[in-house]
Amino acid sequence: MANHKIKVKVQGAEREAEVESRLLLVHFLRETLGLTGTHIGCDTTHCGACTVLLDGQPVKSCTVLAVQADGREVMTVEGLEQDGKLHPIQEGFWQEHGLQCGFCTPGMMLTGYELLQRNPDPGEMEIREAISGNLCRCTGYVNIIKSVQYAAAKLRPAAE
Amino acid sequence: MIPAPFDYHAPQTLEEALALLQNHRDDVKVLSGGQSLLPLLKLRLGAAGHLVDIGRIPGLEYIEQENGVLRIGGRTRESALERSDLIQSRYPLLAETAAVIADPIVRNLATVGGNLAHGDPANDHPATMLALRAQVVATGPGGTRTIPIDDFFTGLFSTALEPDEILTEIRVPAPPERSGGAYVKLERKVGDFATAATAVQVTLGAGGEVERVGIGLTNAGPVPLRAVEAERYLTGKQPTGDVIAEAARLAGEAAMPNADRRGAVEYKRNMSRVLTARALKRAIDRASGRAQEQ
Amino acid sequence: MEPKTSSKVCGMGHSMKRKEDPRFIRGQGRYVDDVKLPGMVHLDIVRSPFAHARITAIHTEKAMAIPGVMAVITGETLKGFNLHWMPTLMSDTQMVLPTEKVMYQAQEVAAVVATDRYTAADGVDAVEVDYDPLPVVVDPFKALEPGAPVLRTDKEGKTDNLIWHWEVGDRAATEKAFAEADVTVKQDIYIPRIHVASIETCGCVADFNKATGHLTVYMTTQAPHAIRTVFALVAGHVGLSEEKIRIISPDIGGGFGGKVPVYPGYVIAVAASVVLGRPVKWVEDRMENLQADSFARDYHMTAELAATKEGKMTALRIKTLADHGYTDAAANPSKYPAGLFSICTGSYDIPTAFTEMDAAYTNKPPGGVAYRCSFRVTEAAHAIERVTDLLAQELKMDAAELRFKNFIQPEQFPYKSALGWEYDSGNYPAALRMAMERIGYDELRREQAEKRERGELMGIGICSFTEIVGAGPSKDFDILGIKMFDSAEIRVHPTGKAIARFGTKSQGQGHETTYAQIIAEELGIPAEHIQVEEGDTDTAPYGLGTYASRSTPTAGAAAAIAARKIRAKAKKIAAHLLEASEEDLEWEVGKFFVKGAPQKSKTIQEIALAAYTNHPQGMEAGLEAVNYYDPPNLTFPFGSYICVVDIDRGTGEVKVRRFMAIDDCGNIINPMIVEGQIHGGLSMGLAPALYEEITYDESGNISGGSFMDYLVPTAMETPNWETGKTITPSPHHPLGAKGVGESATVGAPPAIANAVVDALAHLGVRHIDIPMTPEKVWNILREKGVAE
Repeated sequence: MANHKIKVKVQGAEREAEVESRLLLVHFLRETLGLTGTHIGCDTTHCGACTVLLDGQPVKSCTVLAVQADGREVMTVEGLEQDGKLHPIQEGFWQEHGLQCGFCTPGMMLTGYELLQRNPDPGEMEIREAISGNLCRCTGYVNIIKSVQYAAAKLRPAAE
Repeated sequence: MIPAPFDYHAPQTLEEALALLQNHRDDVKVLSGGQSLLPLLKLRLGAAGHLVDIGRIPGLEYIEQENGVLRIGGRTRESALERSDLIQSRYPLLAETAAVIADPIVRNLATVGGNLAHGDPANDHPATMLALRAQVVATGPGGTRTIPIDDFFTGLFSTALEPDEILTEIRVPAPPERSGGAYVKLERKVGDFATAATAVQVTLGAGGEVERVGIGLTNAGPVPLRAVEAERYLTGKQPTGDVIAEAARLAGEAAMPNADRRGAVEYKRNMSRVLTARALKRAIDRASGRAQEQ
Repeated sequence: MEPKTSSKVCGMGHSMKRKEDPRFIRGQGRYVDDVKLPGMVHLDIVRSPFAHARITAIHTEKAMAIPGVMAVITGETLKGFNLHWMPTLMSDTQMVLPTEKVMYQAQEVAAVVATDRYTAADGVDAVEVDYDPLPVVVDPFKALEPGAPVLRTDKEGKTDNLIWHWEVGDRAATEKAFAEADVTVKQDIYIPRIHVASIETCGCVADFNKATGHLTVYMTTQAPHAIRTVFALVAGHVGLSEEKIRIISPDIGGGFGGKVPVYPGYVIAVAASVVLGRPVKWVEDRMENLQADSFARDYHMTAELAATKEGKMTALRIKTLADHGYTDAAANPSKYPAGLFSICTGSYDIPTAFTEMDAAYTNKPPGGVAYRCSFRVTEAAHAIERVTDLLAQELKMDAAELRFKNFIQPEQFPYKSALGWEYDSGNYPAALRMAMERIGYDELRREQAEKRERGELMGIGICSFTEIVGAGPSKDFDILGIKMFDSAEIRVHPTGKAIARFGTKSQGQGHETTYAQIIAEELGIPAEHIQVEEGDTDTAPYGLGTYASRSTPTAGAAAAIAARKIRAKAKKIAAHLLEASEEDLEWEVGKFFVKGAPQKSKTIQEIALAAYTNHPQGMEAGLEAVNYYDPPNLTFPFGSYICVVDIDRGTGEVKVRRFMAIDDCGNIINPMIVEGQIHGGLSMGLAPALYEEITYDESGNISGGSFMDYLVPTAMETPNWETGKTITPSPHHPLGAKGVGESATVGAPPAIANAVVDALAHLGVRHIDIPMTPEKVWNILREKGVAE
């Protein structure tokens, strides 16, 4: 079984490695690159704790091979903060108590982040629908919705 | 959750891909969106020594309508289908189907072609394509061929695709005026396979009678089912409440579901009936311009 | 209730943004699977496909031949160290790895150690085990029938599958009351197995240093000190000594009781590390977690309520069969094998009660106390709230009216219940009134009547629960003999900042914030200047951990007491600095001042500095205190919940249209965090009520052992929770606070169940067991002739 040399842009930085064909993207990120902010919560592609952005789209990185990401761009939770400044989605989760144990949070925030890029003013049902692939056991989702709406409000003036 | 080892190939052209399928016959699987295949491999079910990733091949993702035919590239992502203006406005049945496949994140990678080629009666697109009288285009070493959807699903997890063919396009006849479609799915929660689901595509005649109707049932047997009896019964009739109820009853009779955690056989057959009635009502409302979008 | 401190100090009552969040929102939480140590190897586990089978051979050659596989550990390996069996937290015994037979499907059979995770998985796949299947017992009733196969053949002289019998109350008086009652209702209630399914599974990194004999274990545990002591006792004979064992509970991705037990994987990893002298990581995957780790519930109850014809309850009787799986590993206080189930008289003034329980062994994984059950209070509350509604139905009385008639009244507190608990404080009528007002109860009943005319199915369900938390007073509460106090150690630095360490361990409850707020309240040091730590047994004072909503009642109290000790010493230092006598000093948040001369004052910061630079001669320097708090009683949070449901007559689906939760947890430290706990608890009440269930077929094969069939609700299934509060302080807690983490999981399922039954009551439906799946409901609709 041959290994593959891959080049993946992570948070804009080119990362190179030689990987097994079967290496899951989530393990590439966590173990090869040491970016442990992306988490693993299940084995049947349900929980979404492993959500990252692949070429700007949220994907469940446990159900993508690292080799599939060759030549493409990945953004993980570590990429949200820019130059020491938190992204509004991060601020929103902090302000609105959108996290408790924090394990589902990176995936939730990235899903929310991408939603706001498509839909700058989402209503409650739209947010619920967008995060329906991300499970949370702690928060009951109510404050997660508020967190995303907080971020939406913060982002909107900048967009105008 | 770790797959067994395999070799991975990322061909840049269709020809390369087809050659790989030929070379590794009996031990190869096509990787399209991967959202059905990779979960199986992670559980070490359905192993293959070789994966052929068709993700690098250009020209397989498109949604176009021309000359009365909707053409969807085999690798078109469900999220693209769901968000397409063309699909939302002219093919609401397809939009509604795409919107309930798995969950929104999985839909960013899952492909329409993969959803059909897997041959799983629990997937959502098969019933929809049956209702739409679609055609599947398969590309093999000898070129392309068109397979009518009624001939496509041959058994549980098996389709008319040859081992060295790739599903490259789906064709749907553009619906005429006074047409409407709807997909109604009962699932235990978002992300689940259907407990039961019905796809309806209907065209009404000038007098409001059912001119043509396609009814597909999801997860109602070992293969995706067309409710042929129900279709025959409806054709030519005015879609009154009683007529719809009877058509739905016939659809329920046609269902041959397995008992599992989603329900006993009786419950599931009744759900096929109930959902068929609801899908018919919604499709007919859309066809007659009475629809209220939710 | 207005906070008494400024937002700068941020004491009790402030919705302070959480201090722990900055690392989590950056993806810099440190969970067990994030731990990477030099030389670390990976452990993965071979599991049994059979529920009950003799192991005839384990073939390891193929696995050992895989490059990178370092060892295969079996029961025989551990037997050499006498580690193949170990005690459970209930003083029963459990297998770490079997040497003779397996007793549940997915049981650990062998373990593979390899250089990396992927190779370990390949190794597991390559181990071949030969089994001889044995008769399987999955029905706990059948398990107790004479002639049933005896499962625990390892227990000498055991001739049946009964674990224990437990009872409390007055059997004879209760029988008499039932015999004389105007009205009685009786109902069989089964609460099936469910699983906490926290998003992070369980795991550890065990790191044994051969040179120093020191073992460090990073572990997903809610009770690190207890684990350390258990390891020292269990593995002392192989050289592990308690002063050389360090358990580090880092960030934990949800516990909910599922991370209390000592799972075989931990012990195997420790053994592997001791043998190999390298760090060994074990992290289970989700299916292992669901199929082998501690389940929750699985109680078969028969509940009966007796009353006068006016609706005054006179007696309660509950008989239960508890399915414990193959061993008793329910993590209860040792004197309470059925946990705090005897809270089952609930919020009602019932003069007489009796409850008894049998616990049975079956071929299923062990556990039982998890999923925010508050030591079996979820089961107890479900029983009393269901029979209360049944009584209302029988008497044709409104469910709220019946509750008001029977509530323990505010003036009756402290209230001694018929089953021996002394409830500290409560105002049940106020909570129910608020819930009814806020949801518009009367209007909803009118709407229900109209809808019924049209054949639409709408239900309104009430649950007025009383919780019992804060285990517990040392005279009655211990786990494996260790008393259930908890602790706080606070040290103030010269520059007026502080560090505080606790014997509890948050898994998301926000202790780094709430404990800081308590100390801020007591000392006036801003909460942002108080560093809170938990989970490292080398540094934290001994405690019993966080579960059963006990942290605020125990460690929170310890924080207050320790802070007050510091304040007492601070007063002495202030007297010295101000050249006044202590009697002339008064305290205002953050400073002492001379009575009548407020300009003569010293801030806590000035005092702290003086503790190191200018302390009175004859006094020890420094400013710190420790408190091991032994609570005088448990605390009794309570609430009233009202749920509105609509039932789809075509599919049987239950839609929760509205849910109003009024909770009372006494004085509140951080309202935002409390509300978050309620939201989460409500969701973990919705899930068992409508979605979640683990079942076994006759051969012991599990159904619901992955997220494919174990249905954790998404944001789409979860309604918008509406919350409110009343505040009835606990008279015995130093802060008047009660604990709240599990209230909503206790109160929500009965409210939802009562609502669904209420929607169908006019058709003669009296009870539906949870989960109330669409199919279950549809079958009833069909039977009653109202299905679409």
